[in-house]
Amino acid sequence: MRRLSAFATGALFGTGLLISGMVDTTKVQGWLDIFGNWDPTLAFVLGGAVLPMIFIWRLAETRKTSVLGTVIPARAPVTLDANLIIGSLMFGVGWGLVGLCPGPAMASLVIGGWGGVLFLLAMVAGMLVAPPIRARLTQATA
Amino acid sequence: MNCVTVPQKRVIYAKRTQLMEQDWIWGLIGGLMIGGAAALYLLVNGRIMGASGILGGLVDGSGRDTMTERLAFLLGLIGVPPLVALLYPAVSTNITPNIWAIIAAGLLVGIGTRLANGCTSGHGVCGLSRFSVRGLAATVLYLLGGALSIYVFRHILGVI
Repeated sequence: MRRLSAFATGALFGTGLLISGMVDTTKVQGWLDIFGNWDPTLAFVLGGAVLPMIFIWRLAETRKTSVLGTVIPARAPVTLDANLIIGSLMFGVGWGLVGLCPGPAMASLVIGGWGGVLFLLAMVAGMLVAPPIRARLTQATA
Repeated sequence: MNCVTVPQKRVIYAKRTQLMEQDWIWGLIGGLMIGGAAALYLLVNGRIMGASGILGGLVDGSGRDTMTERLAFLLGLIGVPPLVALLYPAVSTNITPNIWAIIAAGLLVGIGTRLANGCTSGHGVCGLSRFSVRGLAATVLYLLGGALSIYVFRHILGVI
């Protein structure tokens, strides 16, 4: 059951990414191009995803557990540490450079040609080397 | 000549705005589906739908105890959109042919999302809707990084 709903989540998420234009790197780069020819499409994508989720969070937090009995994840403590700040900036620069973030990179893997495959391989390599960098950053700023 | 070119330009302009409005509607529909997926994962599985976290936990081994759930999500995410794309033959990623840009961007996205513990789906969709301070800070910073990246690489260096 848990696997089936996880599969359905991935399928719905990927289909939404495809239909919304999030897999089109020119649309993403157009959204980030605030000093050039700005494309507002992604505001509609973000709005469509975030607004209903506000009510879903309310529901989830009052119920405390999910349908399959998992405890709803607690809020992370509000710590704006170096990992969050440096990591988010790095992610943003990479996102702008090519126009792909992790979800769309996977949703477009089959239809995106060799460029998309290369991007995913580089992203996985980045994820492999991230833990020691994270540990060092935590140590340096502790 | 002048009498012909002016109306033609107007027609092209009208078509372009029409196309743009169509993109916004598809954006909203797709966005609602993304939100629906996040809702499903939260209400049924009790988990936050974050693409970088679900993949990253498999890559570095930190999510070994929830491996099959993660794999099922990835199977749906990677396997189903190509089938949907058969209905929309116009879909293209239009990715840059510059392999150095692709490698650099992939590394930055991979390292950055794991340091920050989230990307557009986890911090953006799930974090903002929970009014999470970390989610908001991350979203502001990666949008800032993205805008800066486009400004430098497109408008100053002209490489993308």
